[in-house]
Amino acid sequence: MNREGRVTRPETGGTDSEFKTFTGNRALMLEEALLFEVGGTDRTGVDISPAPKVASRLGGLERAAPIGLYGLSEPEAVRHYTRLSRQNYGIDLGFFPLGSCTMKHNPRLNEKMARLPGFADIHPLQPVETVQGAFALIYELGEWLKTLTGMPAVAMSPKAGAHGELCGLLAIRSALEARGDARQVVLVPESAHGTNPATAAFCGYAVENIPADAEGRVDLEALKARLGPDVAGVMITNPNTCGLFERDMSAISDAVHAAGGLVYCDGANFNAIVGRVRPGDLGIDAMHINLHKTFSTPHGGGGPGSGPVVFSAALAPFAPLPFVEKDGANYHLVEEETAGEHHAGTFGRMVAFHGQMGMFSRALAYILSHGADGLRQVSEDAVLNANYILRSLEDVLDAPFAGTGPCMHEALFSDDGFAEGFTTLDVAKGLIDEGFHPMTMYFPLVVHGAMLVEPTETESRRAIDQFVGALRSVAERARAGDPVLKAAPVFAPRRRLDETGAARKPVLVWREPEVVAEAAE
Amino acid sequence: MRYLPLTDADRADMLAVVGAQTIDDLFVDVPEHARLDGPIEGLPMHASELAVERKLSRMAGRNLAAGDAPFFLGCGAYRHHVPASVDHLIQRGEFLTSYTPYQPEIAQGTVQALFEFQTQVARLYGCDVANASMYDGSTACWEAIVMARRITRRGRAVLSAGLHPHYVSVCTTMARFTGDVLDTAVPELTEGAPGDDMARLLAAVDGDVSCVVVQNPNILGHVADLSELAARCHAKGALLIAVVTEPVALGAIRSPGEMGADIVVGEGQSIGVGLNFGGPYVGLFATRDKYVRQMPGRLAGETVDADGKRGFVLTLSTREQHIRREKATSNICTNSGLCALAFTIHMSLLGERGLRDLAALNHANAVQAADRLAKVPGVELISGPFFNEFTLKLSKEARPVIRALADDGILGGVSLGRLYPGVDALANGLVVAVTETVDEDDVTELADALEEALR
Amino acid sequence: MAFYFTRDHEWISIDGAEDSTATVGITDYAQAQLGDVVFVEVPPAGTTVDKGKEAAVVESVKAASDVYAPVSGEVVEANAALEADPSLVNTAPETDGWFFKVKLSDAGQLDGLMDADSYKVYCEGL
Repeated sequence: MNREGRVTRPETGGTDSEFKTFTGNRALMLEEALLFEVGGTDRTGVDISPAPKVASRLGGLERAAPIGLYGLSEPEAVRHYTRLSRQNYGIDLGFFPLGSCTMKHNPRLNEKMARLPGFADIHPLQPVETVQGAFALIYELGEWLKTLTGMPAVAMSPKAGAHGELCGLLAIRSALEARGDARQVVLVPESAHGTNPATAAFCGYAVENIPADAEGRVDLEALKARLGPDVAGVMITNPNTCGLFERDMSAISDAVHAAGGLVYCDGANFNAIVGRVRPGDLGIDAMHINLHKTFSTPHGGGGPGSGPVVFSAALAPFAPLPFVEKDGANYHLVEEETAGEHHAGTFGRMVAFHGQMGMFSRALAYILSHGADGLRQVSEDAVLNANYILRSLEDVLDAPFAGTGPCMHEALFSDDGFAEGFTTLDVAKGLIDEGFHPMTMYFPLVVHGAMLVEPTETESRRAIDQFVGALRSVAERARAGDPVLKAAPVFAPRRRLDETGAARKPVLVWREPEVVAEAAE
Repeated sequence: MRYLPLTDADRADMLAVVGAQTIDDLFVDVPEHARLDGPIEGLPMHASELAVERKLSRMAGRNLAAGDAPFFLGCGAYRHHVPASVDHLIQRGEFLTSYTPYQPEIAQGTVQALFEFQTQVARLYGCDVANASMYDGSTACWEAIVMARRITRRGRAVLSAGLHPHYVSVCTTMARFTGDVLDTAVPELTEGAPGDDMARLLAAVDGDVSCVVVQNPNILGHVADLSELAARCHAKGALLIAVVTEPVALGAIRSPGEMGADIVVGEGQSIGVGLNFGGPYVGLFATRDKYVRQMPGRLAGETVDADGKRGFVLTLSTREQHIRREKATSNICTNSGLCALAFTIHMSLLGERGLRDLAALNHANAVQAADRLAKVPGVELISGPFFNEFTLKLSKEARPVIRALADDGILGGVSLGRLYPGVDALANGLVVAVTETVDEDDVTELADALEEALR
Repeated sequence: MAFYFTRDHEWISIDGAEDSTATVGITDYAQAQLGDVVFVEVPPAGTTVDKGKEAAVVESVKAASDVYAPVSGEVVEANAALEADPSLVNTAPETDGWFFKVKLSDAGQLDGLMDADSYKVYCEGL
């Protein structure tokens, strides 16, 4: 038993005296029922042309029973989903300081470019002669990613960051197997994002933790001591999840290489160094790049992402299929068919088709907009904003590593100093009432009650000052033990939700009330 | 630079607050040899919105868009008409620029929509429960095999010859590293071929098999009754995994769940998402209630807030990587949220009636096209029941034919030679998809062009 | 009836006779640390558990924790009530919220476990 508990069942009460409207609405804050309560199985928002009369060729598999799909007319659908949207926070609405998530402004030019029919309305299996522009785009984005990271090869197909990690580890395992070296262990720092150990396990590795030193960085000596003939590699996030640059990164890479292993770098925090530091100069072998973080493609409420992976020369021969090659003015696709000629070491295909084209077009539009000079300014402003927040709040919030020097693009605080019974969760919910999205909370695990604040470069000085003021106010309430804070948020569309109840008796799909009633009998 | 709000005055003030002389002082932890003292060489500098738009539009212009040609491609990605309101709604900033709903009090829009999505997917697939989406159909397929291994504690999966070859490739890649054993086969272009594969699958199920994976409609477009296979799997303690790459089909044919499948996964792209050259798409994943804790991916669930009002949260997250780390059911973190939302909105616009009408129109169009194309000299229709996609055997190798058609501005289908390079028996196969976006003129153009090319 | 405790916060109770059945659960301290328990996975009867190895899983909303077997032996009964009502682990951790019963293969295995008083001291030191 080693986990720390925290309250996930809300305390009730507090708003009884409030005037309640007939509808439950509060002016612009509108309640919205479920699709299944608003719509009906006899309603539709499309007009489909009548089907020509033909004899069915379905082989007797015709669907007889109703599916149970509820429909809406177009006006109802537009209203339903518009009302739902208004119960969401988004970057368009305000500051979103989620550490390690890089919630930066999503330029609308990206959206416009991704929707050009030449990108959005092409099929992945069209003859390659008819999609040369698409391959050109993938190729050019790949070149940018290689140059920005200082790495010689890139795999574009991974669907998201964790999928990119998988790509990198499969390449590492393939490279080791190719030299007949069946190493079994991957080392991961304690502060790592959960996907790192999950990925290593998903492709068959045993996972061991590397401890952090007192300054929040990888303990180089402990790492060296653990390296050996059974260690396939290390997975290191740099800058790490404490918001610190791993000063010893080159030494780490050298030590791992000397012991016969390979270095995977989690590039989730690339925004801190893009344009100023090439990870390839630090001796890494593979790194994924979250296009939805550093390169501004929208998070969309949890995806889709995109996680291209850059490779060192040592891993390049093992990169996955398919990929695009340039041959004079033409582009061609290297797939299973053609890989044999000069890419025989590939570990194979990890996804149908070519990856997240819709994210590539957005990311390239962003990269071209910024250029080499703009991207450098991106990391500088992101780091400056984070340090500004760190120094503006360290008197009221415990900042465990602030004394050791500057942070990178995110500032880390702990819950040390809060009044008895007050937690990071309370501060997060208090920020909601102040009109901000909370910071990342309880991550990384190496800091008690962690609060990880990543402002990104797209916040103005005014927005940051407002946030600093708000967080200061909420932190002071947590230190003073203000009971009102325990009930936060009070102004959001919902107050704290009963996660315990949700998990004990999961209700994961809607059922007709009569079915629910019957089941209860 | 238009995306950067800080002014030089701001920067100077803020550096003073931080106590740094220059910005370089904040990068002191970077080893000296790795610090770049200026913009990376060999890359262009920043560009105006107009300049970027011009460059990308030129790139897009080099592609032949499906809307500009008679278009017959399928094989895992289908062109359907998506109502204009879908794209409008998903571009609302509160959806587009929101994060994973870890703070449910200010993300009810996303979580409620996911709850609606899960309900729609579960019903479409004929299952008890569905998750909040995966990356795409191919990765969902592999995750289903891993889930079956966890449930049955067996390590051998039997894959149907009709499973999309890219899906098979993804599974083969992963299985090589996880040690799972996969029993695979390629389809045949002979009469009754789907039935033959069914015989192979039935024969292969034994007490060591974790699951049988079968696609319906399959890669050749054929549909099959899975009931007997399901019964056989269950008799041997194995699970039946059904893969659906064309969800519109389920508006016309019985769902895999009805036919006894234990896990149903697939591609949701047809509904709401568009072709996008292969991504982003949306993986669908559904199963029985009793397996829900073995399921990968996020789940939205119903609950109440402190005032007793109904609300929704992400739940059962102890299955996931951010809690369970190396013991998680999957390493998946991101789902395909915005595509799932597009699916939900499009499906809400369709409703029961719309989906059934759409499926009927697809089927009727495909039947008419199949009959028309079968009359072209040198074209043989591979027999077997189908929905909106069917396979032709040409008198010549299909790949060069497809290229010749493309030169004439016709996107005539997917050659099996592209999907199964090196398999000579399939080289003359052409898979043709016919959705509601295809009209009679398109079919006539394709028939005439095929006749010309096969002459 | 004798109660013993592990450093990982499992308890084990022995009815008395050397060959008798032992009951295993997690301590009140453990459940308080976990918070609201939402799910418990216990080993079905017939499985063999090994001392110090993972035998069960207990989940709160935000955490999943392994429960280690305090002794080796064959599971003779799992607490079926936990499936319907995992909150028993919170409300009655050391009685109705027990996890499983195990056939004690060797009473010597109890050596080195703590009694109630030393466990109390141990917890106070944490």
